Amino acid sequence: MQARVLEAYQLHTLIGLLRERGYCCVGPTVRDGAIVYDRIAGPTDLPVGWTDEQAPGSYRLKRRDDGAYFGYVVGPHSWKKYVFPPERRLWQLKRAGQQFERVDEPSQTPKYAFIGVRACEIAALRIQDRVFTGGEFTEPEYEARRELAFVVAVNCTQSADTCFCVSMKTGPEVKSGYDLALTEVVGESHYFTIRAGTDRGREVLASLKTSAVNEAQRSAANTRVRQAAESQTRTVDTEGIKELLQRNYESEQWKEVAERCLSCANCTMACPTCFCSSVEDVADLTGEHAERWRRWDSCFNPEFSYIHGGEVRKTTASRYRQWMTHKLSTWFDQFGSSGCVGCGRCITWCPVGIDLTEEVRKMRAGETS
Amino acid sequence: MLPEAWIVRENLRETEDVVTLVLEPGGSAAPTAFAPGQFNMLYAFGAGEVPISMSGDPGDPTKLVHTIRDVGPVTAALCRLQPGELVGVRGPFGSHWPVADQQGRDIVIAAGGIGLAPLRPVVHHVLRHRGDYDDVVLLYGARRPSELLFTGEFESWRQSDIQVVVTVDHAPADWTEHVGVVTTLIRHGKFETEQASAFLCGPEVMMRFTAAELESKGVSPDKTWISMERNMKCAVGFCGHCQLGTEFICMDGPVFTWPRMRNLITVREL
Repeated sequence: MQARVLEAYQLHTLIGLLRERGYCCVGPTVRDGAIVYDRIAGPTDLPVGWTDEQAPGSYRLKRRDDGAYFGYVVGPHSWKKYVFPPERRLWQLKRAGQQFERVDEPSQTPKYAFIGVRACEIAALRIQDRVFTGGEFTEPEYEARRELAFVVAVNCTQSADTCFCVSMKTGPEVKSGYDLALTEVVGESHYFTIRAGTDRGREVLASLKTSAVNEAQRSAANTRVRQAAESQTRTVDTEGIKELLQRNYESEQWKEVAERCLSCANCTMACPTCFCSSVEDVADLTGEHAERWRRWDSCFNPEFSYIHGGEVRKTTASRYRQWMTHKLSTWFDQFGSSGCVGCGRCITWCPVGIDLTEEVRKMRAGETS
Repeated sequence: MLPEAWIVRENLRETEDVVTLVLEPGGSAAPTAFAPGQFNMLYAFGAGEVPISMSGDPGDPTKLVHTIRDVGPVTAALCRLQPGELVGVRGPFGSHWPVADQQGRDIVIAAGGIGLAPLRPVVHHVLRHRGDYDDVVLLYGARRPSELLFTGEFESWRQSDIQVVVTVDHAPADWTEHVGVVTTLIRHGKFETEQASAFLCGPEVMMRFTAAELESKGVSPDKTWISMERNMKCAVGFCGHCQLGTEFICMDGPVFTWPRMRNLITVREL
């Protein structure tokens, strides 16, 4: 479908149309000094006129000198919290004679519209799709939430210092996996180019007041996305990376990185593809009513690998090795792709600024030295 | 996935810290066929859920038999269950010992400690189909005689022409069988190495040395299987806990061919 032009002030109408269609709109908003994802009522809840500056172990919000709605990159949150919530009660049971009786009310699947999904984040959603719905077993809640979710994607028109989506071939341009895709152009005039990728996207787009794209507008949008790609400085050489990591299980580098790594699990919480979880079973004081809770877990937690007698991965070196090797290497064996989309969150949100792109470079250098 | 309620029919004490639970389907549960080596997630109501291999006869799916060692709060709660009480069951999960595919071959079963529990279904299968196999040997070791499982069945297994060779690490004065690690038993079993299929379960170090010793004696590594243990929490590949390198132990395992595991289990803390 041909792209159209949506005047910036019409973003309000777009969000209104989605709300009319029963979607709970969630998107970027400023809170606690960061751009996070939360419910938004309209465009004024977006981080209008804000941008972010990111570096290893550093994240700062800055004022822009324009009124851009999407003039920043990704923050500490990712969309996984809506399709794979950080904490869920899976069920409540009581004993009833010779069986267990489920006593929780079946809940309605929330119907989200994700406003402002970046190309790397669409790649991350697709990776989690393969984890939760692509194998022998399907996670029904994930599948239901994901199917309902309406994706309003946004092409990145700038990169952070920590971005490396070009290396991971996931961005910055959104190519598929969206209902609607926007490119924001802020200059003498402020508008979006908008195109639909699905029937439900086309239906919403048809209800919006848009105009045909002229050559200057198309060029302005394309130029901004290209500049985002060209300005990226961080890179990963992905050639043979699966084999590289798997032949370096015994590398001394793991001990070196463990001297800096705090095993805090921030990288795994911020990562849009990390999917590990744990369950906790609880009972009330009568012992007749029991619940199961699922919470995000991390391979950096010592008890993550616990089997009777102790933890398999006692050292930080072994836990960092597990995380990085899984993300960049064994993920291919398990799910047919890398587990990394190049969003850079693990670099920004690491309190000591460990940079996995640098760790890959060191590993390659260690082999040739 | 919800646990289905099964009813404890028997709680048999095997050793000081090991019991065998015999379960029958509760109100809504239905008997499910399983293959030797597979496991269920057993749920002690309100306490938690743990992966436990089937230790019973795969030829009789009307009841579930699980042999459990008390090593933590959940297994302790399971071991305390009395006849009539409920236990939650999800499963069966995982890969299996391909004993049914080894017709005409010799079978070597090597177990250490509680590792005999996931292998007993192999013994059951062999007993039901004894004519399908040539020589069958069970090599079994434990720390001390009081920790040996299923000793009451050894005589009937021997009567079905299964060689049962037993060893312990620490022997009291009246012990008349072998002393030492399981690998030292290999020479006491009568089987043809070239036509043997081996199934190993026990501590990783025991499986490593036994597999290596069998290989050096001429047993094909591709005909050697081991069963791995990791922290299986979901059993369906979602929770991530049981990963070992490229493998999810819950789905790709727990039973693996030896060559698939050989390089992974020698890496410390992988």
